[in-house]
Amino acid sequence: MARDFTVLWLQAGSCGGCTMSALAADDVGLAKPLDRFGIRLLWHPSLSEDSGREAIAILDDVAAGRVELDCLCVEGAVLTGPNETGRFQMLSGTGRAMKDWVAALAAKARHVVAIGSCASFGGMPAAGGNPTGARGLHYSGGEMGGALGKGFRSLSGLPVINISGCAPHPGWVVETLAALALGEFGTSLLDTLGRPRAIADHLAHHGCSRNEFYEFKASAARPSDRGCLMENLGCRATQAPGDCNIRRWNGAGSCTDAGYTCINCTSPGFESPTGPFQETAKLAGIPVGLPLDMPKAWFVALAALSKSATPQRVRTNAHADHVLIPPARRPARQP
Amino acid sequence: MSPPPRRLIVGPFNRVEGDLEVTLDLQDDAVAEARVTAPLYRGFEQILLGRPATDALVIAPRICGICSVSQSVAAARALAQVSDAQMPANGRLVSDLILAGENAADHLTHFVLFFTPDFARACYAGRPWFAAARRRFAATEGESPRALLPARARFLHLMGLLAGKWPHSLALQPGGVTKAVDPAERVRLLAILAEFREALESIVFADRLEAVTALDSIAALEHWSDAAAPDHGDFRLFLHIARDLGLDRLGRGPARLASSGSFGLFQPGLWDIGSRVAPFDPAAVTEDVTSAWMAGTAPAAPFAGLTLPAADKPDAYSWCKAPRLDGQVIEVGALARQVVDGHPLARALVAADGGGSVRSRVVARLLELARLIPAMEDWARSLRPGEPFCLAPGAPMADGTAIGLVEAARGTLGHWLTAQDGRINGYQIIAPTTWNFSPRDGAGTPGALEQALVGTPVHPGETTPIAVQHVVRSFDPCMVCTVH
Repeated sequence: MARDFTVLWLQAGSCGGCTMSALAADDVGLAKPLDRFGIRLLWHPSLSEDSGREAIAILDDVAAGRVELDCLCVEGAVLTGPNETGRFQMLSGTGRAMKDWVAALAAKARHVVAIGSCASFGGMPAAGGNPTGARGLHYSGGEMGGALGKGFRSLSGLPVINISGCAPHPGWVVETLAALALGEFGTSLLDTLGRPRAIADHLAHHGCSRNEFYEFKASAARPSDRGCLMENLGCRATQAPGDCNIRRWNGAGSCTDAGYTCINCTSPGFESPTGPFQETAKLAGIPVGLPLDMPKAWFVALAALSKSATPQRVRTNAHADHVLIPPARRPARQP
Repeated sequence: MSPPPRRLIVGPFNRVEGDLEVTLDLQDDAVAEARVTAPLYRGFEQILLGRPATDALVIAPRICGICSVSQSVAAARALAQVSDAQMPANGRLVSDLILAGENAADHLTHFVLFFTPDFARACYAGRPWFAAARRRFAATEGESPRALLPARARFLHLMGLLAGKWPHSLALQPGGVTKAVDPAERVRLLAILAEFREALESIVFADRLEAVTALDSIAALEHWSDAAAPDHGDFRLFLHIARDLGLDRLGRGPARLASSGSFGLFQPGLWDIGSRVAPFDPAAVTEDVTSAWMAGTAPAAPFAGLTLPAADKPDAYSWCKAPRLDGQVIEVGALARQVVDGHPLARALVAADGGGSVRSRVVARLLELARLIPAMEDWARSLRPGEPFCLAPGAPMADGTAIGLVEAARGTLGHWLTAQDGRINGYQIIAPTTWNFSPRDGAGTPGALEQALVGTPVHPGETTPIAVQHVVRSFDPCMVCTVH
């Protein structure tokens, strides 16, 4: 029988949210869905009994090559400050900066996976003036050159695999680790920013329950309106990589379904939009962030056309928080 | 003459939310002095400066992945004050449901993932309850995590339904919530709550929630505990272990407990050992940076507070500031909420134990869990589909100062906002664990955990003392909130 696929999970400059999200995987928790693929957690800060010296011993064993590591998962940005010392995050009980632990362990790992947008690109801690020198493992924002350096390759030859998202869907984590354990992963399955294409080939817009409002550009004007969130409330789902509205969150949820805007949290730099998150940036009345692969003139022309064709029902319901006018029905056939 | 104290540094202190290191000076096989270090700094108060005020709704939740809703609520409450927003009844009910959902899920996560696995450790192999603890509480493999993690995940469908996802939702706005609940969704909500109640009543309590909340004295608790086999329900097993290990005598915190009140269900106030309850006054809050790697001198009110890292500051040992209420150390959390609110069992426990103890903190958390679910059922039934869930703000984001207070699972969370021309000019956050895990202040007074650790036994040869782990985890620390 093949040995277990070993995973070591570290929390760098994180909020812990990626783990909290992952704990709802498949409605059973994280360990069980991983176990189905022979994946064993050597150590996870929230799940393992081992504490203090016992935990350090596990890290030491991996760093010294005494225990083989198939996959290093890092959650959270690598904090390189102040002045590249890494002292904004020291790994407790070791007197050593987390950035140095991450580098030492990444060098021993067959694969390195960035869990969430912070580990992928820097994420929210990199907003503003980036006070802590937060970087992703392989990228700083959209630029290659994160904490592990531009040319980093794990022992398998793959770059860091970026499961971006704030927080990522638990399924993204489980399925990516499972694909690695099955030996089915290669560079052709990654997009240009190191994200698994299984996720990133979709847009958050796909499957949005507001689709009819989008088609007719019947737009929400204020929070809790049922209309499309793109024109006024800042929704970036037509540009945001992710199958968010196809697979659904915590049962049947999604951001747009719950009435708030997609902030494009799977993309580098999402944390620093040019304007307020919940307002659509516009130029001459036209949203700046249109779908990237559609000619702008066509988009504007189609929007104008569909607005003039909007049924009264859609127009009315777009500005209400519940259905005011139900869909029209064919009159019952007379016998 | 006793031997000189020896020093023990304990970390990484996992199965807490975030990074923690504890330095212990030991004398005669017990902790003589403790210093609590938050070894991580994330800069959120700096990141918020200059941003559009409403961006706090996106940024603040990302301080913490386990209490992100609490951060949302605090930000929304502060913003509501500077924009004159009013919330309709439905908006209030759904906000409360989302917040209570997070509180309840956090209490369960703490009990099953963070706290009870320590009783399954080999060092307890000789205790009469060990086989049961190993079988039920072992990390990942125990019957409890195997049953309760799925229950928790199913309960979080409440978040999917009302807030889109958890963590990091934008559903909570100053004027209400972004999603109206329709009649079918209201029924689904009741179904989710019923399923969770069933899991709690069968696995955690092995009794009706109402039977637990009705326990009104230590005698009643003992009687209930002895009324069935020790492993009949996780709560009962914990009570048996607590009695055997003397957890009522372990981890005595400062006998000043504070709560800002929650849901209109738990009253606010400040309780002291004389059983007096005084008003909780946020204007009496100051933060001291003497022991923090932060520039500054005198204690400052949060509205005047700054966050300026100073990594080389001599004698500092934590990224956590030292908040004080009227200059005093306080303890916050579920125990504080239940004691301040006057629940007779919680009051009896702190009276008997001389303040918070490992036992009373855990009992209060489970008691609160049992109180929250029936309240949530009432709120869900009170929703009125068709009526508004969110009102537009009365005024655009203007100038002003506001304090957004909320009770997170771990205790009182405050956002001190200063807005100018619709932008954030100042944002200071005091999180529950900032209160509980604060370092020493300018007078040298240790923080709540630092006090609670004094006297904790350390057995020869222990490098990560088990009793210290119980005390630390009994607070359910959330270090990521602390190190915003």
